[in-house]
Amino acid sequence: MSAIETRPQAARQQDDLKRSTVWRRRLKSLGIGQWVLFALLIALALIYIYPFLVQIATSFKTDSEAASNPISLVPSIWSWAAYEQLFARSDFPRWFMNSAIVTIFVTTGRVFFVSLAGYALARLHFRGRGLVFAMVVGVMAVPGVVLLIPKFLVLNQLNLYDSYLGMILPLLVDAAGVFIMKNFFESIPVSVEEQARMDGAGAFRVFWSIVLPMARPALITIVILSFQGSWNELSHFIVSTQSPDLTTLTKGVASLASGQLSQGSQYPIKLAASVIMTIPVAVMFFVFQRRIMNNTQGAEKG
Amino acid sequence: MALRVATPLRGGSRSSGIRRGERTAGWLFSLPVIVILGVFLFIPVVMAIWVSFSDWSGRGSPVSSGVNFIGVENYTDVTSGGGLAEKNFGTAIRNNAWYVVFVVPIQTVLSLFLAVLVNRAVLRGRSFFRMSFYFPSVTSSVAITVLWLFLFSTSGVINNVLSWFGVNGPNWFNDPRGIVHVALGSMGVGTAPEALSSHGFLGIDWWEWLSGPSFAMSAFILMAVFTTSGTFMLLFLAALQNINPELGEAASMDGANGRQRFWRITLPQLRPTLFTVLTLGLIGTWQVFDQIYTGTQGGPGKTTLTPAYLSYESAFIGQEWGRGSAIAFILFIIIIVFTVFQRWVLRERAVSKRRSYNYQATGKKS
Repeated sequence: MSAIETRPQAARQQDDLKRSTVWRRRLKSLGIGQWVLFALLIALALIYIYPFLVQIATSFKTDSEAASNPISLVPSIWSWAAYEQLFARSDFPRWFMNSAIVTIFVTTGRVFFVSLAGYALARLHFRGRGLVFAMVVGVMAVPGVVLLIPKFLVLNQLNLYDSYLGMILPLLVDAAGVFIMKNFFESIPVSVEEQARMDGAGAFRVFWSIVLPMARPALITIVILSFQGSWNELSHFIVSTQSPDLTTLTKGVASLASGQLSQGSQYPIKLAASVIMTIPVAVMFFVFQRRIMNNTQGAEKG
Repeated sequence: MALRVATPLRGGSRSSGIRRGERTAGWLFSLPVIVILGVFLFIPVVMAIWVSFSDWSGRGSPVSSGVNFIGVENYTDVTSGGGLAEKNFGTAIRNNAWYVVFVVPIQTVLSLFLAVLVNRAVLRGRSFFRMSFYFPSVTSSVAITVLWLFLFSTSGVINNVLSWFGVNGPNWFNDPRGIVHVALGSMGVGTAPEALSSHGFLGIDWWEWLSGPSFAMSAFILMAVFTTSGTFMLLFLAALQNINPELGEAASMDGANGRQRFWRITLPQLRPTLFTVLTLGLIGTWQVFDQIYTGTQGGPGKTTLTPAYLSYESAFIGQEWGRGSAIAFILFIIIIVFTVFQRWVLRERAVSKRRSYNYQATGKKS
């Protein structure tokens, strides 16, 4: 990236020129091809988007219309019944609140702890650093489903089972996040910190007021990942809680889906619940979409 | 770097003071991560290994004196016990294996296809397509499963669309028939050949192993493809954008057509990404849990039972904690073996003399 920018202006312009003639030539030769390609892309995009449109439309239909005409995107009678029942006559608000509580604590905690450890592993020299890093990498290799029973065992042993603490603490640290932060800190020049340290600033001061503000792009990545991860988390809450008061959206909607709370199919209610649980993540996706797309590229390069 | 070398020159005592401070700070900074990973990952795994070799029944603490070491019994129960435990485990492995066999190739090819299409589009709207293909990947597996149950219900959207083409769609999530069995049945092979039905592995006979995924599992297969192809498309897209366009231009001037350019020029350069996508795909597809918990709980006819769900069910519902843990660790081993095997198959091979000469020739051009 930086290599391109440091090249002389003239070379860059020439490059642009070359590229634009290439594009023009392609456009000319692939005139029809491009339109076919475009049509194909639109058809594919429809397949990917249509299910979500159906989901929203059905949540406003009556039960009978959802069954008789599942495919239409416009309800013949707009009905708020599903949403009314969810918010006024079910535990849904409670589930939403629990998910929000967990997500807020997990995201804040992760951003702080993960960047602290990432900084230590990237910059501070201490004996055992290699070992700590090996542990972090080792943890990333353990598949999540293997940990279901183990997590329950230890939460039970520590008397944390069925408590907010037990829901939040194990999610508070994410090995992949440490890895991302470490990579980021290694990519910024040392000289700024060295100067501050020579002026007598302690390690935490340097970290908090000099390095962390520079790490904003990486921190936003961590926020996105932990928000999405903890909002969508299901298996951890299955093994760490039991009481209805601690049910999160994922667990609650899963119980709705398997018909524990409703008679018959009642698709509008189930779909309304899944629409609402998708909204926060969707909003985040649209706000940060450019960054999300670029992040994945960065992750691949690293 | 230069500054770090320069510090000792400034006087021994002060610089070692800085270093000492760094040592404490280093440990303090990593402490939260070490403690949480240690307490909620390392200790639990060790405890679960112990439980998988014990007869703990779920009451009291697994490390109390009333719990006995029973050797590998929990493992042999599911791999060679001859009972229901072995049959369930065999069924779960079969179901998940078919899931992997279908999902991994389809999602890899589809995501590469989407990436190539999006990358080629000169017209506007490139980011719109990228977003629409990626959006299913950010939503929760629970929400998508709920949606899928609706789309694939008996008189649902999918069967409606199928009926336009005169196809009478199956009763997806309630249909335990394996699609390979159904296909064979339509060709007249309705019953098992003696050779296949009289022998078996893990408690189910070979004819059952060859059933293919059930219609219910097929719906989950389509769901996995729908939700993961966007993520992998982004990986391929990033790799495609890093490819030097001049190589392709040069090849097309030498008369290579589009297909040749793709197979000979583009694909070899995507090799590292292909490697990543296949590895992530293999690791992910052996861990099917959320969908099964939300959607079918293993039914119909146990055809969506997966090792991950079976492990959960044995422990948390059946109170067979040792067995559940044993299944989890076998699954862990399966995932490791597959990953290592795949890395071995796709390893970087020594390049022959002729090919390395070709590489040098292309290298000079750029």
